[in-house]
Amino acid sequence: MDKFTSHTGIPVPLRRSNVDTDQIIPAVYLKRITRTGFEDGLFAAWRNDPDFVLNTEPYDVGTVLIAGPDFGTGSSREHAVWALQNYGFRVVIGARFGDIFRSNSGKAGLLVAQVTPEVVESLWGFAEQNPGTVITIDLEERSITVGEQSFDFEIDDYTRHRLLEGLDDISSTLRHAGEIDQYESTRPDFKPAALPIRTAG
Amino acid sequence: MGKTLSEKVWDAHVVRQAEREPDLLYIDLHLVHEVTSPQAFEGLRMAGRSVRRPDLTLATEDHNTPTLNIDRPIADPVSRTQVDTLRKNAADFGVRIHSLGDKDQGVVHIIGPQLGITQPGMTIVCGDSHTSTHGAFGAIAFGIGTSEVEHVLATQTLPQSRPRTMAVNIEGDLPDGVTAKDLVLALISKVGTGGGQGYIVEYRGSTVESLSMEGRMTICNMSIEWGAKAGLMAPDETTFNYIMGRPHAPEGKQWDAAVEYWRTLRSDDDVTFDREVDIDASALTPFVTWGTNPGQGVPLGADVPSPSDFTDPGDIAAAERALEYMALTAGTPMREITVDTVFLGSCTNGRIEDLRLAASVLRGERIAEAVRMLVVPGSARVRLQAESEGLDQVFLDAGAEWRAAGCSMCLGMNPDQLAPGERAASTSNRNFEGRQGKGGRTHLVSPAVAAATAITGRLSSPADLALAR
Repeated sequence: MDKFTSHTGIPVPLRRSNVDTDQIIPAVYLKRITRTGFEDGLFAAWRNDPDFVLNTEPYDVGTVLIAGPDFGTGSSREHAVWALQNYGFRVVIGARFGDIFRSNSGKAGLLVAQVTPEVVESLWGFAEQNPGTVITIDLEERSITVGEQSFDFEIDDYTRHRLLEGLDDISSTLRHAGEIDQYESTRPDFKPAALPIRTAG
Repeated sequence: MGKTLSEKVWDAHVVRQAEREPDLLYIDLHLVHEVTSPQAFEGLRMAGRSVRRPDLTLATEDHNTPTLNIDRPIADPVSRTQVDTLRKNAADFGVRIHSLGDKDQGVVHIIGPQLGITQPGMTIVCGDSHTSTHGAFGAIAFGIGTSEVEHVLATQTLPQSRPRTMAVNIEGDLPDGVTAKDLVLALISKVGTGGGQGYIVEYRGSTVESLSMEGRMTICNMSIEWGAKAGLMAPDETTFNYIMGRPHAPEGKQWDAAVEYWRTLRSDDDVTFDREVDIDASALTPFVTWGTNPGQGVPLGADVPSPSDFTDPGDIAAAERALEYMALTAGTPMREITVDTVFLGSCTNGRIEDLRLAASVLRGERIAEAVRMLVVPGSARVRLQAESEGLDQVFLDAGAEWRAAGCSMCLGMNPDQLAPGERAASTSNRNFEGRQGKGGRTHLVSPAVAAATAITGRLSSPADLALAR
């Protein structure tokens, strides 16, 4: 994973609540077996609407999504994160997120920055009144800079550390392989296993 | 101070704990399906890694499979490639797979319990948010993304921050005609779709204890719909009786050892939960959704709400948008809403008990002329069981379609979809915009309401049918 320290880009105001992952990318777009090529499915139901924010300049080249509350709820599909990234988004700012979406973002390198509903409202206002004016998200400082103003955002220490260092989770865990071996040696015999196969015939 | 059920299960799986790091949790069972796994297996290949515990990994095909002509190659080439990719990955990495046509194929959350491989005290994950279903057995079970799927395949562990604990206390007898589905829909409308964020929820109380395993699974299944990390219930005699004799149930001395351990899996009397919610089950009536998230629900006997019924500005805006998308007018009685399609199935309500309940309503009846009804068993074995009981004939005689097992119209990934503007009563779990097909409109209902609605063509309960006679 690439290191993430800071990002400067055009904010895109998405004034909707409860944008679940089915709306971020509908199931019919989940058939690819790669991590790329999902941008066409992003917000697919709304992309035909000429007034939709991503069909409006300069938001169409935006890289920072300002989302409403409960963004990314529902299905666990990491394709929702990939679709945002494939389209060009690097950061999503919001007040409340679905847990699995937030976790998937951290793993895939999309920064999810949590702020208060009041800050979301300010950022929406700024993005709408100053179209095309960039904002800066600094992960080191956990800050969002908008013109003369600056806001703090929240992210858990562990995810922040991994993003800053560009760490691969699996490599980190495999450094503790000895502890996994040790744990496995203590598992009770009655725990089930999928192999050898048993069926009802 | 004592421990909650979820804390006991969590603590029994901690491989490693360190300051300022999430716990490293051991995973007892990893369920895999075709949609959220190809990129994970590819990641293993690129890094030269293997699957650490193929014997704790179980794959099936469910999300992207057809429910018609399953003996022929999948017609859509992109879908076929995705399913073929899972088959190849399973073969390459030595993972057990139940493919389309196999008696043990089915929706991943139906087949785990059916095989008896879902057991109390386990940690179970799957690249699917409805993994919470398995919590009905007293397991910590939750959905994960594809990066985490790869992590579990490679290490059989997951770094996880310890969630807060919540109790949902459900007391009282469910009135006649009210099911576990009505109960969980009523709960979600009370707490909201974000009410469970950051919590592992324990459902407890006399109502839960009196439910069958099928009903318990329906409730735990929808934990994610109110944002909970996982939902679980203490195992009891009902649980043990359900597991006993299933293919992967422990046997002999191991059974005794397992049950002895399982009996310890209850929250201690002196525990404190971070939050508690109380539900009076005896006051419930059939419950249905009117909007575009599972929290937007009302009793079947109520009217479509008005945005002005809400106080939070976000809720008001969401209600306005939902009414527009659903093409509904505030004040319309829910019972006057007509539907085009009825979907009976999914990991929420695709088990044999659900099919029996719906068939009991449909026996000797005909579904309305304008309605198409899809009956999609949750697994191939549910289908076989239903056929051995003659339920398939009840559905066919009523004019419904009897399909092969899979996720089907629950997520509209295969050809089973709503057309734009079509309206469905669905026993599934999500009424999101476009979930069941672009422009489709979904009302979430119980199997009993689904069956009655198919007969009248408008949202109805079985009691309404009796009144009409």
